[in-house]
Amino acid sequence: MRLNVCYTTLYEYREPARHIVQLLRVTPQSFAGQSVLDWRIDVDSDVRLRAGRDGFGNVTHMLYVDRPVDRLKLTVAGSVLTQDMAGIVQGVAGELPPLVFLRPTPMTAPSPALAALAEKIAGQSAGALDRLHFLAAAINGGMRFDTESTAVDTKAAEAFEAGHGVCQDFTHIFIAAARLQGIPARYVSGHLFRRDGAHSQEAAHAWAEAWVEDLGWVGFDPANGTSPDDAYIRVATGLDYRDAAPTAGARSGGGAEELSVEVLVTRAREKGQFQSQSQVRS
Amino acid sequence: MGAARVVRKRIFDELWGGGRAPRAGFEPLASWLTDTGTGELGRRQQAAEAAFRTLGVTFSVYGEKDSAERIIPFDIIPRIFTAREWDKLSAGLEQRVRAINAFIADVYGERRIIADGVVPADIVLGNPQYCIPVAGARPPHGVYAHISGIDLVRTGAEEFVVLEDNVRTPSGVSYMIENREAMLRLCPELFDRFAVQPVDNYPDLLRDTLYSVAPHGARAPVCVLLTPGHHNSAFYEHSFLADTMGIELVEGTDLEVDDDIVWMRTIDGRVRVDVIYRRIDDDFLDPLIFNPRSMLGVAGLLAAYLAGNVAIVNAPGNGIADDKAIYSYMPDIVRYYSGEEAQLPNVETWRCREPEALRYTLDNLETLVVKLVDGSGGYGMLIGPTAASAEIEQFRAALVAEPHRYIAQPTLALSTVPTLTEQGVSPRHVDFRPFVLTGADHVCIVPGGLTRVALREGSLVVNSSQGGGTKDSIVLAAADGKEEQHALPYGG
Amino acid sequence: MLSRTAANLYWIGRYMERAEFTTRLAEATLRLSSLSSGAQAERAAWESALQVVGEDESFAASAENATPFNVTRWLLLSEDNPNSVRSCLAFARDNARAARNAMTREAWEAINRAWLDLRARTSPGGGQAAMNLIDTVKADTRGFEGALSRMLRREAYWFMRLGSVIERGDNTARLVDVKYYLLLPEGERVGGTLDRDQWTTLLQTVSARNAYRLLYRDSLKPWLVADLLIFRAEMPRSLAASCAETVQLLSELGGSSGRQGEADRLARLRQTQLADTDIDRIFRSGLHEFLGTYIADNAAIHRAIAQQFRFG
Repeated sequence: MRLNVCYTTLYEYREPARHIVQLLRVTPQSFAGQSVLDWRIDVDSDVRLRAGRDGFGNVTHMLYVDRPVDRLKLTVAGSVLTQDMAGIVQGVAGELPPLVFLRPTPMTAPSPALAALAEKIAGQSAGALDRLHFLAAAINGGMRFDTESTAVDTKAAEAFEAGHGVCQDFTHIFIAAARLQGIPARYVSGHLFRRDGAHSQEAAHAWAEAWVEDLGWVGFDPANGTSPDDAYIRVATGLDYRDAAPTAGARSGGGAEELSVEVLVTRAREKGQFQSQSQVRS
Repeated sequence: MGAARVVRKRIFDELWGGGRAPRAGFEPLASWLTDTGTGELGRRQQAAEAAFRTLGVTFSVYGEKDSAERIIPFDIIPRIFTAREWDKLSAGLEQRVRAINAFIADVYGERRIIADGVVPADIVLGNPQYCIPVAGARPPHGVYAHISGIDLVRTGAEEFVVLEDNVRTPSGVSYMIENREAMLRLCPELFDRFAVQPVDNYPDLLRDTLYSVAPHGARAPVCVLLTPGHHNSAFYEHSFLADTMGIELVEGTDLEVDDDIVWMRTIDGRVRVDVIYRRIDDDFLDPLIFNPRSMLGVAGLLAAYLAGNVAIVNAPGNGIADDKAIYSYMPDIVRYYSGEEAQLPNVETWRCREPEALRYTLDNLETLVVKLVDGSGGYGMLIGPTAASAEIEQFRAALVAEPHRYIAQPTLALSTVPTLTEQGVSPRHVDFRPFVLTGADHVCIVPGGLTRVALREGSLVVNSSQGGGTKDSIVLAAADGKEEQHALPYGG
Repeated sequence: MLSRTAANLYWIGRYMERAEFTTRLAEATLRLSSLSSGAQAERAAWESALQVVGEDESFAASAENATPFNVTRWLLLSEDNPNSVRSCLAFARDNARAARNAMTREAWEAINRAWLDLRARTSPGGGQAAMNLIDTVKADTRGFEGALSRMLRREAYWFMRLGSVIERGDNTARLVDVKYYLLLPEGERVGGTLDRDQWTTLLQTVSARNAYRLLYRDSLKPWLVADLLIFRAEMPRSLAASCAETVQLLSELGGSSGRQGEADRLARLRQTQLADTDIDRIFRSGLHEFLGTYIADNAAIHRAIAQQFRFG
């Protein structure tokens, strides 16, 4: 499927911000299941952008603003050709060994309830792949999707106890439980094309990948109870949200900040590239 | 095997050896002690401590409610190494530090040592000290551990054993210099009796080391020392080193990153920074990557480092090399990279993650020292021979619950040196931390270091936070009067 | 030089000056209070001392009686008073620790000694003990001035001096302002013993008793006291001297960096304005108003300095 993405983030500051530093992980890479056809980052102010690559192999950009601004608008847009690989991720460049994805992080720290969940799933099947599918289904069935109740710093254990959260929380719970079974698991941030027609979304999507011997990394989307297919654009990975979040920033001055995000993922008509781009811009 | 360990080991005294006469070469120290007398020694010791207080050579103790500054007790009787002892020791130190640098480069690069099965993959990759943000990064000039503090103990005339490697932000070097300063001022006659190698050129050597690792060399490099601030327990040392090297002492708020370049804010505008000798932990370096609540670091610093625009000394991620779990593999690591046996042995170590080692440890808790793999500073440690039985049982339960978090070692017969106590001059246990500098093309070791002394009789705990003191560590000049300084080419 | 270091040095100058001034104020008030006849006069002496350092309200909030002992303790030793000598020395030392590398060992040791001498004291003691304490602090602050005078004439020295002269101008203006009604020409009609004691106190606080005799060769006349403390540039604690030295120090700093800014302009403007007036005109338009303006201008120059050198 050919998907167009237009991802806009707007920061508005109460007072002018003097110096801004942001780390962006917003650029997808090509691998067996996806080819990036065209991708760019536009910023409405006078900024410096420096491309790099982090320890996880993600493409990063550092964004620097060194003069007072009262707003900053970041537009990330491009098109990607995707293919349904039944969730299996292959051919990603610069991968770390799976063993590093066994360690807990503050956001995915175990709790007795998470340990009980991991144990229950372990009893379901001998095969790791089956167990992981059970896990994704159990989280999807047991948790209520709710955008109001959790925040970006909510921990897996807290969301699990509350019984509801957003895709980030579902993913953290999946990762924590998988690691408790000794299965390497990681966080993925990216975008989802909604077949139900809800093209405009309030945030980027998140799901998990777990390491299965013989298959390699396999994706699971506990928020939707499925495995990623050609509706998914994979952008960045890490141990948890903190490592893979689209943006992390610091600034001096600026006072209170207002943030608005819009993600538009649409399906391009399988014709020329130019048409699909103009569609993104409209 | 087990039975032999319970036998009380003979303790080696560095002045008297095992006998009644001083060891060869140490006669002048013995006669100086007799000539000076304990009353005069005590008076001088007080004068030294008063001077340290006025100077502000202080530290604060973590966890103490009144964290007012204290001075570390100073003992007026120096600890002495002969030139021959020192040469042997420094050759072993250099070999070890070169191997540590090679190991860090390898685990963040090709990971050959894992592929070759020398160190288990999970010990490295599953280790919380394995710093993912710098995986694949290569620091300017390929140096990771620029400043290494290697903690040693002595168990006999010829036996030095490495207790711990410190390659993150080792501290204590200011005591090496200030203690010598105090000795020269208060006991000048001692230095007439001995020809002593100097330590006061350490700041020059450190500055040379810092300059040597500056990225791309067109301009005169700008080096800074990054401190957590003057409330930090080691601030005196930070300020002392910046001062004696003639570089700026900065806090995180003095720096900013723009365009992947680090700048420092001055009254005349901003100045580009090439080398940061940081005395803050990795976790606080960059709030965008590490602890997001850190107020001590600089947003974007890691990006500047990954872009190769700044050298961070020591490099982030070094914790993987001085981790207690890695320590037990150090002899294998030295052999793997140098092709030689390690000249400085480790303390025999049982890794409790291995079932056999755990069994041995549980059977011998009364004679062993048990340490948390991720603890430091003498906390989370069981000293079997002196522990109450309740404490031993507490550790037994902890070991059974989480064996992978512990290692066990035999209690060592640490050497003693004469120390001024309330009962007069008597032997006290010591350890030793020399400082090894690794620059772009050299390794060098100043002849001296930090000697820590356990002031309580019979105690083996030398940590300043738990009643330890310090001494001047004197290395005698070679008999032919030639003063040797190790400056050998690196990476050849 | 780091902007933060410059800020540390500047604040060292301010706090050390404030510590010394407050000490002298306590000393002079102790003397005045012992000369006073009657509890009411004694009480007035201490209350006006609190007013000079702007501590009258916070002292009242501490719910202690304005006895000589209590006020002396409040001025010299109280940890609840952020402007007590003890607090000033603690702040100065805190800044000095942070900026140690920029100062000489001698200057650091002088500040550290001053703090060590005071930190264990909780009570000023009565009469003689309080005077001894005051003498110790005075000796320590003199030690600091001495160490300062032996520093290289470079940024570190200039910033510390700049902090001192800005603080000094503020202190002198406040001192004169609180006692200003005594200095008005018509104050002569109340020119009894008590008032003469007050003038003496005032001169003592800024160590100007002998200066007055040398410069005026006259008995104590209120307008001459005002003239001395405002206009005589020979007198180091006068407003004129503070204005002139501010201009000079800023130009030294500007000379080393090649830049001039808002602080330079404000300081020069203030100096010109002071030169264009005299004591008669000030008395006509209102001494209290003049001093109020001076204190506000001084604060504006302080802010401009912070901005110009990016104290942040």
